[in-house]
Amino acid sequence: MARAVSTRKRAIYTVIAWTIGLLIFFPILWIFLTSFKTEADAIADPPLFFFFDWTTENYGIVQERSNYLRFLYNSIIISVGSTILGLLIAVPAAWSMAFVPGKRTKDILLWMLSTKMLPAVGVLYPIVLIARSLNIYDTYVLLIGVLTLINLPIIVWMLYTYFKEIPVDILEAARMDGASLRNEILYVLTPMALPGIASTMLLNIILAWNEAFWTLTLTTVDAAPLTAFIASYSSPEGLFYAKLSAASTMAIAPILVMGWFSQKQLVRGLTFGAVK
Amino acid sequence: MGQITLEKVTKSFSDVQVIPPLDLTIEDGEFAVFVGPSGCGKSTLLRLIAGLEDTSSGHIRIDGKDATDLPPAKRGLAMVFQSYALYPHMSVRKNIAFPMKMAGIAQDEQERRIQQAAAALNLTDYLDRRPGQLSGGQRQRVAIGRAIVREPDAFLFDEPLSNLDAALRVGMRLEISELHSRLKTTMIYVTHDQVEAMTMADKIVVLRAGHIEQVGSPLDLYRTPRNLFVAGFIGSPKMNFIEGEMAGRHGAHTIGVRPEHIDVAEGKGEWSGVVGVAEHLGSDTFFHIHQTGLAETITVRAPGEVSFRHGDTIHLTPRPDQIHRFDDKGLRLE
Repeated sequence: MARAVSTRKRAIYTVIAWTIGLLIFFPILWIFLTSFKTEADAIADPPLFFFFDWTTENYGIVQERSNYLRFLYNSIIISVGSTILGLLIAVPAAWSMAFVPGKRTKDILLWMLSTKMLPAVGVLYPIVLIARSLNIYDTYVLLIGVLTLINLPIIVWMLYTYFKEIPVDILEAARMDGASLRNEILYVLTPMALPGIASTMLLNIILAWNEAFWTLTLTTVDAAPLTAFIASYSSPEGLFYAKLSAASTMAIAPILVMGWFSQKQLVRGLTFGAVK
Repeated sequence: MGQITLEKVTKSFSDVQVIPPLDLTIEDGEFAVFVGPSGCGKSTLLRLIAGLEDTSSGHIRIDGKDATDLPPAKRGLAMVFQSYALYPHMSVRKNIAFPMKMAGIAQDEQERRIQQAAAALNLTDYLDRRPGQLSGGQRQRVAIGRAIVREPDAFLFDEPLSNLDAALRVGMRLEISELHSRLKTTMIYVTHDQVEAMTMADKIVVLRAGHIEQVGSPLDLYRTPRNLFVAGFIGSPKMNFIEGEMAGRHGAHTIGVRPEHIDVAEGKGEWSGVVGVAEHLGSDTFFHIHQTGLAETITVRAPGEVSFRHGDTIHLTPRPDQIHRFDDKGLRLE
């Protein structure tokens, strides 16, 4: 319900919100600006903000030196692939946990989440060894598999909270209304579950897209996604901030655009269950 | 047609038997109300009839045919839920059409029935809205509309009015009663509110802990409650129970007198006491009377405006033909 908020309070909240927003946004803006500087301007002290010689030469060099599209393609395959595979496993799992919970459902959910508390590096060695012995190092299969497993707990949890919100009464009403199981799923369950599945999918694509630890350690060339593309500009020939920034900008641009267009779904997904 | 028969039906959840063996027949066209305190098994019983719960043993027959193992969709019953259970992603029109769509009824026939139901339920202007845009009363009407269009053998109502405010509840109560007299279809209605039971039912089934305490017409139950539980549950305000010597004088372990069957007087009467709280409703006055030596409080309902005040001494006379007598097991003595 509407609460009386004084103008002064509202002004303070607005300032705080904008400050936090800008703080979060600033690094991205800085990368974007730096990508248009010369290498000299990029490391100038004091830093140059807007008034420098804008140049697109970094983008040209990055394009020349590495095959951006190849990395982009790999990123799409890996993030979309692991998301689809994850959903295929998680939808039925979350479904049964939400609608036919057993005695241990809560425990299983917590146990799944607890795997996220383990530092990834803890299982690095075994996974690398498994990859090598199965001869799948630096392949889509390995990356999609690993990223699916890494993100699965989050997907199951998100879907579970979503499905939990679907009132059982409505499913029973459909049964009373003469719906067969197929029709119940088609006309009642799916439409109500779809928004939840969609936002879970979007969030997971973003998580997989940005995942760096596994993508960097488990690829060299063939399956290397955009994270590797960025990393390739970070050290070998010393630090080239402008080129690194150009590469970063190119790597995050697609996901940023996707995020922009699906804001509503994303926010709903992230706050789901928190607000009712 | 919609005669519903339960034969030795039981229901257990894991080890707990919530419905002990139970027999009951609801005749075609009857308005039956299951009433009882919360946890008495009335909703479970309704869900067993609907097929939303499986019986642990026994048989459920609908029009003589065994429906015990039929899925809900095949029983030809329609249900109205306490939470309305409307499909949030569908318009009112599509909600009402859904059971007809499932039954494969022709488009134009669907439309005809939707219009008819909408007109009867005052929903014509809301057909293209979503349930989220409707008030509680309107949602309940949509749920009823969805139930009537498929022309079921019987309607099941699971506490349909308990989410509505008091004024709306009275209105909807009348609408449902009217619907029943128009359609003449069997209705089974679950409620914990004895006023709903008394006003709507042809047959009341009073339940406690899964047991049927009494089955009968509202006035049967009011006039000749079979035991103390029914006597205390039916009627408002509650029947006064008096034990001890006074009961002994009537040859009973407990006697019960309804508040409306006690006459009050200033000067003399059979019993006397001191007025505690007096509730003036205009049409009636309720007195809660203490220090009678009979029970902690005796409630009396006097017609119209009667001017006794807090602390006044009051004399009471129960009408002799309206005294209910019960034995030490709580059963009625004739």
